[in-house]
Amino acid sequence: MADGGLPVIARFEVRHRNYLAPDGSINRPLPAFASDASLLASLYRAMVLLRNFDRKAVALQRTGRLGTYAVSLGQEAVSVGIASAMREEDVLLPSYRDNGALIWRGVKLEEILLFWGGDERGNHFSGPVQDFPFCVPVGSQAPHAAGVAYAFKLRKQPRVAVCMFGDGATSKGDVYEAMNFAGVHKLPVVFVATNNQWAISVPLRLQTASETLAQKAIAAGFIGEQVDGSDVVAVRAAAEDAIAAARDGQGPRFIEALTYRLGDHTTSDDASRYRPEEEVQARWKEEPIARLRAFLARQKIWSKADEEQLAAECHERVEAAVERYLAAGPREAETMFDHLYADLPEVYVAQRRQLAGEGDG
Amino acid sequence: MAEVTLVEAVNLALVRAMEDDPDVVVLGEDVGINGGVFRATVGLQARFGPERVLDTPLAELLISGLCVGMAAQGLKPVGEIQFMGFLYPCIDQLVNHASRIRNRTQGRLTCPMVLRTPHGAGIRAPEHHSESTEAMLAHIPGLRVVIPSSPERAYGLLLAAIRDPDPVVFLEPTRIYRAAKGEVEDNGEALPLDVAFILREGRDITLISWGAMLKETMAAAEALAAEGIAAEVIDLATLKPYDEVTVLGSIAKTGRCVIVHEATRTGGFGAEIAALIAERGLTSLLAPVARVTGYDTVIPMARLEQKFMPSVGRIVAAARKACQFN
Repeated sequence: MADGGLPVIARFEVRHRNYLAPDGSINRPLPAFASDASLLASLYRAMVLLRNFDRKAVALQRTGRLGTYAVSLGQEAVSVGIASAMREEDVLLPSYRDNGALIWRGVKLEEILLFWGGDERGNHFSGPVQDFPFCVPVGSQAPHAAGVAYAFKLRKQPRVAVCMFGDGATSKGDVYEAMNFAGVHKLPVVFVATNNQWAISVPLRLQTASETLAQKAIAAGFIGEQVDGSDVVAVRAAAEDAIAAARDGQGPRFIEALTYRLGDHTTSDDASRYRPEEEVQARWKEEPIARLRAFLARQKIWSKADEEQLAAECHERVEAAVERYLAAGPREAETMFDHLYADLPEVYVAQRRQLAGEGDG
Repeated sequence: MAEVTLVEAVNLALVRAMEDDPDVVVLGEDVGINGGVFRATVGLQARFGPERVLDTPLAELLISGLCVGMAAQGLKPVGEIQFMGFLYPCIDQLVNHASRIRNRTQGRLTCPMVLRTPHGAGIRAPEHHSESTEAMLAHIPGLRVVIPSSPERAYGLLLAAIRDPDPVVFLEPTRIYRAAKGEVEDNGEALPLDVAFILREGRDITLISWGAMLKETMAAAEALAAEGIAAEVIDLATLKPYDEVTVLGSIAKTGRCVIVHEATRTGGFGAEIAALIAERGLTSLLAPVARVTGYDTVIPMARLEQKFMPSVGRIVAAARKACQFN
């Protein structure tokens, strides 16, 4: 609106990307990678594995063998799609609902179980060793991502930091401060907001008056794009573009992955207290796994036999991981002092001995 | 050897650290061309370039969070917060990330960062520029909290902090930034962390302090000497983890103790030391441990701040009372 004839000095736009409709049909020409049937199958396998893993983790929690756990139900396409576009040497800075990205990156299932089972050994990823562990305080990993990306830039390394958080995190100054700095220095970092519509019980309309989360990047001086987060092809395509641009020195990007949390916030939450069942049921019609399966079936690159074989593989892999998790054994109490500092200050040695039952402390 | 001020010693240490190690990066508000509001970083950007000496946006949380990310990549970031009253947005990063990333990842990621900030009152600064909430920081496991009290220790301890593989909050006593002068040999030698310095030996009473308050504490020891009371003065220097051995050793010798800090009294770090002495030095004690501290008030602005801070007179009176107790 040009009040009093004042000129408009800037206009901005936010684009939305989607390829696969909920029924698996195609909306627009697919990106190049989608011609690779084995890649599409691997994305599908990763999402199905994640859903199986989630189901098992909840069962473990319900039977007292795992602590509070956050399921990815309904948003599997986001973490799998994003991670699949990363290179090994890139660094992931995940939030606590990004198991799919960790698994894709090579973190072992039993390590993830150990973390949710209350054991720091779970964060000692056998790989990838420079990725950050889950960030539990919402959004506070975003400045870390900017710092990591700054280190890449300073050392002229062609690497990208990928920072994932939820819609609630975009309300925090942390995320804006990080994006602002990343924009100033054109850092190789991609911020990914998984907009699953609910921050525990608070719906998006109470989180922000912004029409999109993607537009938050505009204030920081770079491109924000919205993607259909239940369309793994769209998520991966957006991530590929953003990561390539970041690696190429074009600076940061922001991806808003529009999706839906079909489950509770965590196993300690009961979403039926604040969320109408009809809304959830409607969203089940859009969920990412059925969508990709429908597409693959249309393409005749996925059969019922493939599905059965995958189910068996997932079951076997998850059960084996659970066995290793349960066999990990207890930790000695005094190990809580391990890695507190590079070398334990002398003054805390007595406390450590006390925990070990060796002194009167 | 050149005589330098405490803030010049900080600058010398930063130059030395950056010369020695290309991974050292200095960041903060106005640290670049302006050289920092107290001039601690003066000349660094001209010497090491804007990539290693970077002016950040005005966002303290960001500064501390950037340090965590950089440090996890093996850089050695030295962040500056302009005044301690503006440090609080960094607490989330210090508590939840910097101090525990080594522990929570079982050593896979580490955080060799330093966060520097001026500490304390006495320069007639505006509101929120005079805080001394070191006890809050010293409560955080996995962190180091270091406060130098002289140019020599500012130089040696800052070098140690930068070389330390774990996160250090380095609190610089604002009041003596320029008032404290001393000879500093720029030889790149660090002083040990986690170690208290005995600034003056004495048999009658132990005075424990840190940072700028050592000025009044040393003056009090002089005054007490004139009365025939030989005070031992300990500069705690590292508050987390602190040197219990030196403290208890001194109490075993003197049997009396006054702890001096300008931070407010309740929950101040003096309470921690008093508790240590009560637990493990009680049989040596000849008098109750006394604290001379700031009051449990908001730190007043310029017109009253001198009334807030411990004076030589208050320290002498407390020490005299402890020596007369029987």
